[in-house]
Order: sequence, then C-alpha cells, then structure tokens
Amino acid sequence: MEYVVELKNVTKYFPGVIALNNMSIQIRPGEIHGLIGENGAGKSTLIKVLTGVYQLDEGKIYIDGTKRKFQRPNDAREAGISCVYQELNIVKLLSITDNIFMGRAIKSKFGLLDYDKMHHEARGAMAALGQDIDPKKICGNLGMGLQQMVEIGKAIHLKSKLIIMDEPTSSLGEKEVAQLMETIRKLKEKGVSILFVSHKLEELFELCDRVTVMRDGEHICTKDIEDLTNDTLIQAMVGRDLGNLFPKEYGEKREALLKVTNLKSIGVLNNVSFAAYGGEILGFAGLVGAGRTETMRAIFGADPIDGGEIYIKGKKVTNKSPKQAIKNGIAFLTEDRKGQGLILPQSIRNNLILANMNAFTKYGFLDKEMIEKRAKENVNSLRIKTPSIDEITGQLSGGNQQKVVIGKWANSDADIYIFDEPTRGIDVGAKIEVYNVMNMLVKAGKCVVMVSSELPEILGMSDRVIVMREGEIMAEIERDSGHFNQEDIMKAAWGGNLNEYKV
Amino acid sequence: MNIKFSIKTIISKLGPLLALLILCVILSIASDKFLSYSNFMNIIKQASINCFISAGMLVVLITAGIDLSVGFNCVLATCLMGVGMQAGITNPFILMAGAILVSVLIGYINGNLLTRLDLPHPFVSTLGMKFITWGIALYITSATPIGFKNQGVDSILFLGSKTIKGFPISFIAVIIAFIIMHIFLTKTKLGRQIYCVGGNPEAARLSGIDSKKVLRITYTITGLMCGIAGIILAGRVSTANANAGTTYDTDAIAACIIGGASFTGGKGTIWGTMIGALLIAVIRNGLNLLGAQTDIQYIIIGLVIIIAVLIDVTRGKAEARARKMAMIK
Repeated sequence: MEYVVELKNVTKYFPGVIALNNMSIQIRPGEIHGLIGENGAGKSTLIKVLTGVYQLDEGKIYIDGTKRKFQRPNDAREAGISCVYQELNIVKLLSITDNIFMGRAIKSKFGLLDYDKMHHEARGAMAALGQDIDPKKICGNLGMGLQQMVEIGKAIHLKSKLIIMDEPTSSLGEKEVAQLMETIRKLKEKGVSILFVSHKLEELFELCDRVTVMRDGEHICTKDIEDLTNDTLIQAMVGRDLGNLFPKEYGEKREALLKVTNLKSIGVLNNVSFAAYGGEILGFAGLVGAGRTETMRAIFGADPIDGGEIYIKGKKVTNKSPKQAIKNGIAFLTEDRKGQGLILPQSIRNNLILANMNAFTKYGFLDKEMIEKRAKENVNSLRIKTPSIDEITGQLSGGNQQKVVIGKWANSDADIYIFDEPTRGIDVGAKIEVYNVMNMLVKAGKCVVMVSSELPEILGMSDRVIVMREGEIMAEIERDSGHFNQEDIMKAAWGGNLNEYKV
Repeated sequence: MNIKFSIKTIISKLGPLLALLILCVILSIASDKFLSYSNFMNIIKQASINCFISAGMLVVLITAGIDLSVGFNCVLATCLMGVGMQAGITNPFILMAGAILVSVLIGYINGNLLTRLDLPHPFVSTLGMKFITWGIALYITSATPIGFKNQGVDSILFLGSKTIKGFPISFIAVIIAFIIMHIFLTKTKLGRQIYCVGGNPEAARLSGIDSKKVLRITYTITGLMCGIAGIILAGRVSTANANAGTTYDTDAIAACIIGGASFTGGKGTIWGTMIGALLIAVIRNGLNLLGAQTDIQYIIIGLVIIIAVLIDVTRGKAEARARKMAMIK
C-alpha cells in the first residue's frame, strides 16, 4: 500500500467551466501534503470531490489501493477522509461533545443518549491533540483556535486516515497557528496524513513533506519541499514569470482632494485626521480592527459619525449617506465584495452601472445602448473573463467579481477612490490587474486610498502610508523616508514609537 | 447551440402559460360550458381584482418583502366609497380619489414601518396592518354591507362592471396597468433599483441607492394597486362588504409565485404574474362549472402552488445540467 488516498485522472464539469481537468494526486500515509494554487485553480473542487460533496464526472478514487466511489459525504467519511473547512462546521451553541458526536451519538440501551461515555471519548479525542479541556464546554465560547481543534478532534474520533485542512490558519492568531502546527506534526507521527491547503508559502515550507501545485484545474507538479523555492512555487502557480508583483508607477502629486480633521466615532475612531492628494496612493496599514475600515466607512457616509469634518477639494462636506458621498466624488470599494459590493443574482451589466445609474438614465428610463456600450468597454479594459455582459455575476470567479466591482466604481467618475482590501482572496494575475487600475487612476490625477492588511502590498504600491492602531493614527510614513519598511510599520501598528511621528 | 438555447429559455419562460393552455384544453373537454366567449370574459372579469392586487404584491416580493394587508387595503377602499356615498358625497371623482388616496397612504405607512421604525420583517408589520384595515372597514360600515346600486353614484361602478362587446373594462384597465408596470420594472431606473434592493440591499445602499426610499416607494405602489382594485371590487359586486377580502392576500401571493416570483426577492415578472392570476381564475371557474365546491377549489389551488414552485426548482436544476452537458460536448 503505497498511497492512502489516490485520485487518478479526475475531471469535474460545472456550468461554463471545467473545474478539474484530468487531475491526479497521491497522498502517502503519514505525510503532510501541501496543496497550492491560485484562486479558481480548482482546490476547493478537489476537496469537495475527496469529501464526497461533489461526484466526479470522470476518473477514479483509490483508498488504500482499492477503488471507491463516493456518492455522498458519508461515503468519504467512512473511507476515512475528513475535512476541516475554512469556515468551521461547528454548531456554536452546542458543547464540544455534541459537536464531535454530531449525527452519530452513542445511545444507551434505553435509547437515550449516553453522555457519560460520549464525554469520556470526546475528552480522549481532544487529549490526543494535546488539549486538556472539559468537553461539556460550549463551543461558541472557545477561541477560534480551539474551535478548530474540536473539528480536528471530530476527525480523529472518526479515525480518519486523511484530514484535509482548507486554509486552516487564515482566522488564527500567531500563537494559535504555532499550536496548530504542533498538532499537525503530532498527527503525522500517529500516521495520519494531512492535505494542507494554504496560500501562505512560508507555512508550506515549514510544515509540508511534499507540495502539489494546481492551475486551471490541472495538476502542474508534485515535488518534495526541499526541491522547491518561493519563486519556483509562484511560477508554477501562475504559469509565467511574474517579473514584478507590484508594478508601481508614479503619478504627479497634486492638491489635497480629501482632507479629514478630527473624525470621531465613540469607541471606534479617535480624532482621525489626514489628507490624501491627487496623483498618489495613500496606504492604510494596521492590524485587523485598528479602525481603518471604520474610518473609510465614516468618510463614505456608510456609518454615522460623532464628530469631525470632511473636506473635498477644500470644500467642507457632510456625507450622511453613501449616496451623498458618491455625489461628492468618492468611490468606495468595500472589503466584502459579495456582501456589500455586488448584487450577485444580477447580470454583470446591471452591476456595472449600479453606482452611477443617473448617468445611464434619460428621463427616468435606462439607456440600453449606452449601458451596453459601457459594459462591453469595461469587460474589455478590465479583462473580465465572461461569455457575455449578461452573465450572472455570482457565476464569476472571485477575481473577476472584484473586477466588476472596480468597473462599477470606475463608471462613477469619482475623484477619490477608496480601496478596502482590494486584492483579498483573488489570484496573483488579477491582483496585478487591480494594481494597474490604481496606477491608471493616480496617473489621471485621482486620489487612491488603499486599506490593506498585506504589508508587501502596502510597501509595493503606496506613495505614503498611514498606520492606525485602536482607532487612532500612529504614524505617517513617506515612501522615501527611512521608516518605509515592514519592521517600522509593524512597530507603529503594535503601538511602538517612531521618530517621524506626525498627525 | 444558441438557437436551441433560446428555444429552451422561451419554453421555460412560458412554462406557466403552457400550463394555462393545457388546463384550458382539459377543461374544454371536461365541460361543454367552458369554451365560450362569455365564459372567457367571465374569467378575466373575475381575475381583474386579483391581477391588480398581484401586481402590487409582485413589487414587494421582488424586494424580498411581503404585504399581507393588500386584501383589506382593497376592501377598505371600497368601504370608504360606500361610507362616503352614505354621507352624501355623490361626486364619483371625489369618492374614487379619496379611496385611492387612503390606500396609497396605507402602503406608504407600511413602507415607513419597515424603513423608519426598522421593524424586522414586513410580514409582521403588514400582518398588523391587515387587521387594522379590516377593523377600520368593519367599523366604518358598522359591519353591514352597503349597496351601491341606484344611489346616484353608478359611475364609480363603471370600471368594475361595464363591458365593451362583452369585454370587461376592468381587464382593459389590467392590461394598461400591466404594460405600464412592465415598462416601469424593466426600463426605468427606479424599477431596476427595486430589483437591486431585493438582490442585495446593503450592496445597493453602498452603491448610492437610497434603499429605504426605494422600499417606501415600492410599498406605496402596492397601496395604489390595492386602491384601484378596490374601485373594481365596488363595480363587480355593487356592495361594500368589509369581510370580502379574506383570501385576496393569499390569492395574490399564489399568482406571483406561480408566475415565477420568489420569497427570497430579486425575481419575478409582471406577465408571469398575470398568467398566475389567470391560472387561478381558470381553476376556480372550471371547478365551478364542474360543480365542485369551494373546498375542492382550495385543495386544487393549494396543489397548483406547490407544483408551480416544484417545477421552478426542477427547471433551475435542469438548466444547470443542460449547460453542463453543452460544455462537455
């Protein structure tokens, strides 16, 4: 028995796309196998085929060398494959025991639940992960890391041979990540195989024995980790030499388009003041929850403020609603594109005109020709991959959806573009296209404010960086200053002191 | 492939129409009284009130809302005219305008309950409004039906009772109103915004659409449709009866759902709704001709609603499969 799980020449079709194309992967017993690929490369589909959520259209699955067919998730579970999803499958209101025994509770001879036995086994499963914890505790009260441990405990209790972990560190703190890695190594010692799906290269290098790279639903390569480097991995993922990940271009700094003084929102923002200029990209760095998004929402009129003034091109404005803010020339690309940026059940065409319907309206009637013309232009210039402008937006991949959001704002003819986490969850190729849109905007003399939690992106694209912490501005750093580096920005974000401290 | 697809889409879009035609064929065979000009005119006359109320229901369903007060909003409009007439107002325009004004106001209040008082779901607030309007209608009429005939206000009965060569004026009004609604929903900015708010209210708001205002206008439109339905009701039955509207709300929901609207919002067309309303009227009429009682009628209409949703769901799955097959080739 060479492989515990093997997928051979698997193909899976979806309406409009081939999600998996002749994909193969072999997982050895007791190995930590990394899986990496851009968004839309087919990783999620592969996971769902392995866990029986999707049925494959062509190809074979072998478990311990025997051919198996997964008709439903239970088949995969019985074959020894479990998955810890990015969004955990934890019922927050129930106890650890209830979650571990979900759907297969132990009953006593009277047909009632045998909680003594279940608690005992649950405690054992958690102990195997190095977690000494009372299994009667309610999961919702546990930290994210522990909730994830409960999911892993569930997999252990199922005696899984392969545990798939889909972006397991994305919602964990540093300490919890270390603990998770520890646990994963423990599992490996016990002979459990792990399929570790991650975007973070350093994690793969730290943890994995072998790594498989996917692109466009196809298998690109599987190599021992020793034979790989950061560059070779990225190149394999992207399929071409990326050259520069951040194609920074410089605009000509003009007058202040946006000026904010003493912006206040009780408990959230404390006297936030800054100015943003035409022809520059102003980066906003800080930890999650530092008040960056809140600042932008306040400026955009999405949330009410308790004090402070906003000036656009030197004129004082009050943005009581997004509608007013848009009228005043602000565009706001929200961090949550599905929940706040797009109307997913509607066509690309409709989403593209969403932020500026008036410009496409004559006497209250929509101008069909003008809309069609503009939508086609947008699709071409932003390289939105779609069969037509009437495609439902929800059917597009994350990167293409983000391009639709960008197109929507590009059509609003704003002067100030606020981009909140503009490249979150989209692939490298689409990221570069987003950066190019920013370049284009600053060259046209517009002002771009970019909130990002990715420091390389902040450093790569910003002309100036503002660092926030707990609702306050901690530092303002020019690109040509000595503090324009990862260490100093992190220092400011954590509350340290920089010499160049100006507000 | 493209041509094949368009045929498929046409068939799927015309599904309810096809069902309506098949039903008509079956009923023509089952009853010799069904297939006649006068009977058909009878059916569309019966469908008129539901058509108007359904049009109002449709717009709120598109916003992922609901209005349960439509039935008694309509009845209240009729009763107001009756009471006004008893009070000595004989000018038909004042009576009709007053009735419509009150209905519009009720719709506007519904919209405000939702958007300004932030009540959780219009199901609750409009359910409350249903009982309020019902109560007011009973109160002002002292729970006694008021006859409109020979009181000097016959002209308000015009819309609901007159015909041109047998063709009811009320259905001409329906056709005109539906054409306007169709243009409104598909070709105007506000119509498009109604679908947007239904699809994702937060994204619409952050794109500069005043979601709350759109919702208020939507519920007000619903009120307007109820008011017009109230005038037709007066003409059709020549009495103002405060207890007339008990099934109007559910009939309207049924028509919209059969016509392709969805409780999750963002979906639905005005023509689908008309077919839905006609389908219900045909079933009622056919079963009447066959001598079936109300009990059987309710059961059948209940089944039709369930089947309609079932077909809609299956159709969605079939389309996804068809696209998949088309791609493999």
